[in-house]
Amino acid sequence: MAPSTVHFVILAALLFGIGAAGVLLRRSGIAILLGIELMLNAGNLALVAFARQHGSLDGQVFVFFVMAVAAAEVAVGLALLVAIFRKQQAIDVDRLAIMRW
Amino acid sequence: MVMAVFVVAAVLAVVSALAAVSHRDPVVNVLSLVVTFFCVAVCFALLGAHFLAAAQVLIYAGAILVLFLFVIMLLGAPQTANDEARRPVQRTAGLALAAIVVVGGALLALTMQAVPPAAPVGSNAHAIGTAMLTTHAFSFELVSVLLLAAMVGALVLVRRKQ
Repeated sequence: MAPSTVHFVILAALLFGIGAAGVLLRRSGIAILLGIELMLNAGNLALVAFARQHGSLDGQVFVFFVMAVAAAEVAVGLALLVAIFRKQQAIDVDRLAIMRW
Repeated sequence: MVMAVFVVAAVLAVVSALAAVSHRDPVVNVLSLVVTFFCVAVCFALLGAHFLAAAQVLIYAGAILVLFLFVIMLLGAPQTANDEARRPVQRTAGLALAAIVVVGGALLALTMQAVPPAAPVGSNAHAIGTAMLTTHAFSFELVSVLLLAAMVGALVLVRRKQ
């Protein structure tokens, strides 16, 4: 018995839920970025599973674009964290009030 | 056999994802996420997307998470204060939303008709490259502009003021 699309979508939902919980519950900026990566990966898994279901390659091309956007997002996000850490020696998002006015 | 590989990869992915979001040490978080991404790459291979499985290992496990490790080392591995419990409202809302996502996704998946997949497409690198450079050529160029902008933006953000 081979795993069907349903199995892959359930796994994607589990990974997405774990990533969402990480983003909402953690307070370290790095942990939040890791949760976002996990959610993007879960979305990729669902895209590939549905692409196979429909017998199309477009889903896989889209996953490749998502990977590129995730790389760009991580580069800018981590640069922001480094800049914030230099300014106030912490990356706790609860203490980030410097952009509030 | 394929099912056994999938079950092992799925269980390992979920366990290491839980460790990735819940452990206090950021280095452990990143290394657990590497395990999760490898398991997702195994799932891609099981789905016939061999090119994406390779790209997943190269880009995510090889580049993105190494970037995370570099930044953690640069910031001196800051241990986050374990005071998540101090915010009960945020905690309840986060757990409730995660549970809704998981249960909703599982229900949606279980109510789907078990339709056998369409004829497997040749998902090799050749077919994906052809699709990317013909049908999706404009998006491909946009992604290159995005990566250039991200590179310049990251350099500007971390540049020290003279």
